[in-house]
Amino acid sequence: MPLLGRAALLVAFGLVLYATIAGAYAALRGRRRLLESARNAFLAAFAAAAVASLVLLAALAGHDFSFAYVADHTSRELPLGYTLAAFWGGQQGSLLLWFLVLTGLVSAALALNPRLTREVLPWTVPIGAGIASFFALLLCFVASPFVTHAPPADGVGLNPSLQNPYMLAHPPLLYLGYVGLTVPFAFAMAALASRRADERWIIATRRWTLAAWTCLGVAILLGSKWAYEEVGWGGWYAWDPVENAALMPWLVATAFLHSVMIQEKKNMLRVWNSVLIALAFGLSIFGTFLTRSGVLNSIHSFTESSIGPWFIGFLALVAAGSAALIIWRLPLLRSRTKLESLVSREAAFLYNNLFLVALALTVLWGVVYPLVSEAIRGVAVTVGAPYYNFFAVAFGLPIIVLMGIGPLVAWRRASLRSLAAQLAWPAGVAVAVGVLLALAGAGSSPAGLVGYTFAAFALTTIVQEFARGTRARKALGASSWPSAFSQLVGRNRRRYGGYVVHAAIVLLLLGAIGIGGFGTTREAKLVPGNSMQVGDYRLELLGTAQRRSANAKEIRARLAVFRNGESVGSLAAGKNRYFAEQQTSNEVAIRSDLLRGEDLFVIADQFNSDGSVYLKVLVNPLVNLIWLAGLVFLLGSLITMWPDAREQRRLAGRFAEAEAPAPA
Amino acid sequence: MEVVALALAAMLALGCVVFVARPFLREPEAVDDRIRVAGMGEQERIRLEEERDRALAALKELEFDHRTGKISDTDYRESVGALRSQVAQALRALDAQGHAPDERTKADEVTVRV
Repeated sequence: MPLLGRAALLVAFGLVLYATIAGAYAALRGRRRLLESARNAFLAAFAAAAVASLVLLAALAGHDFSFAYVADHTSRELPLGYTLAAFWGGQQGSLLLWFLVLTGLVSAALALNPRLTREVLPWTVPIGAGIASFFALLLCFVASPFVTHAPPADGVGLNPSLQNPYMLAHPPLLYLGYVGLTVPFAFAMAALASRRADERWIIATRRWTLAAWTCLGVAILLGSKWAYEEVGWGGWYAWDPVENAALMPWLVATAFLHSVMIQEKKNMLRVWNSVLIALAFGLSIFGTFLTRSGVLNSIHSFTESSIGPWFIGFLALVAAGSAALIIWRLPLLRSRTKLESLVSREAAFLYNNLFLVALALTVLWGVVYPLVSEAIRGVAVTVGAPYYNFFAVAFGLPIIVLMGIGPLVAWRRASLRSLAAQLAWPAGVAVAVGVLLALAGAGSSPAGLVGYTFAAFALTTIVQEFARGTRARKALGASSWPSAFSQLVGRNRRRYGGYVVHAAIVLLLLGAIGIGGFGTTREAKLVPGNSMQVGDYRLELLGTAQRRSANAKEIRARLAVFRNGESVGSLAAGKNRYFAEQQTSNEVAIRSDLLRGEDLFVIADQFNSDGSVYLKVLVNPLVNLIWLAGLVFLLGSLITMWPDAREQRRLAGRFAEAEAPAPA
Repeated sequence: MEVVALALAAMLALGCVVFVARPFLREPEAVDDRIRVAGMGEQERIRLEEERDRALAALKELEFDHRTGKISDTDYRESVGALRSQVAQALRALDAQGHAPDERTKADEVTVRV
């Protein structure tokens, strides 16, 4: 069946290439049937991509090692779930997933906005198809998942670190996030190409952007959870370039989601929003390039990589094309509305935008600098955590403060007296929390103490917003407090869903500070019967045990755990030796205390022949708030994305236009 | 196996070609093959409705911000007049174009005045 896979990809490539060329010609000349034909070609490309994907999935499930990709990424002993997940475990498969998701999402956007993409923004089809053509080209001629060879008896297997449940969900969500940003990008560029300065592209893509941003955010946290449990160094975010690759577009998309509200409410920042969405999309391509080109191993592996130079070329094309289009349409984008006051909601959004973009660009520089250094000077350098931590604090704390102040400031303008009255409670609570924490000894980490104080400030503003809003709704005639609360959220889902997302960011901050500023680490070599003390915990080594699982030999150190002298259970930390992959992975043991939010985290670093074990044990305070933040973030995003029937009725009326034929 | 794969590939390609050619097969001789676009008048209507909706939304926000204490009485009085005149201007311009406000907009106006 590899022939069917190759043929399906070739058909898909032909279709998206046709959609690009015919679509561009149709949009340029105003040809209706040709544009519909181009649109159909794009939809058909999704079907062809789905056929190619099914062929690969069938080959994976059937252990068809005549496919080089299947032999390189699976083995007979690999459990079925991970065997199927190998679809995105390698370069060719993940490119196919990119292409499948891209054609699927853009097809859905075209199908859900038929009139808009057919008549108002005809350039959406060729722009979306142009992006898809690049991936189809790679899949057909550079990195095909359907290369065949003489089948070996067994496959190489999947990297053991990828054999983790979080890796089943993390890559698809990440790609939904990366690829999802294609939709607002294609619509935004189509609006520019079609000379449309109105809000239609924003309205049509608002939920797509939110969905992509949510997927990216959840994927980042799932990746962190995977790193925390699987990589086993005891932390949750290491500023690794692969992690940063997803963080950068998320930060820029966050800035875009805020600034686009100013465009909707004030008709301002149209140039800035076009730049932001182009930057977010460019960074999603850059992220894929980083993870897939081999450039992170060394600049040499990049130049030897089959897809690296193609990605650089495509990235340059996207950057140049977007910049040219934005510059070309500057007269159309220039706003007639000005910022009325530096003390206003829109000004707060603007400051927050600047910090978010500055943080994204700082992270970008940290990722790019080692590559540039190695390429130009031939010297491999590493940009370590201190660089990122410095800028995360320098830009992150103002973002947290603005996150607290922003909702308290009125749109257009606010007097300093009103603002001071709004700030009284949050500032008072923040100072009280800071003083209490200092008295409790939290001054051991000054940055942590400041962070917690700022977090208390932001969290109080959110609570205050909900409380005052509910009170106002009650005064406006709501029958009960729950009804007032539900009306408050229901009538302005974007605002109050946004506040829930803000609460998630505060929870994330609390967890990150907990683990980063107040964690405890101890290392010791124990023989059976010996114990070690870490914070409130005492761990006693009971012995070691070995067993053989389906695809690995497992060795574990068995530990009895006591807290403040009382037994709280046992843990087993160790290593797995995978047969097919000939690799060893760390299997950490984690005891989570959900009430306190802390984890006891045990790494068995070394097993000695005399029965002793070298252990590294960490107490990670509040780390579980990071994962809780993911759930709250998802809840807030869903509230924000939930359709508003009243708004949809109003928009339907606005855009129910009596179209006139274009001049010939 | 290869024959089956080839047959399936050919069917896929054929199906795609038919689907792509469908607009031309359905209308071999189109009476009007031009993409229908909004005329200048329509674009102006959309612009005015966006302005009207923006001003109405801003008025609602202003009312709510006033109720929740974010805006002082003085600031409220200063802003509300300007926003009401923006709504009125947009409505007058839409009236002049012959576009009556829909029920939703009327309801919004009443809410704002209350």
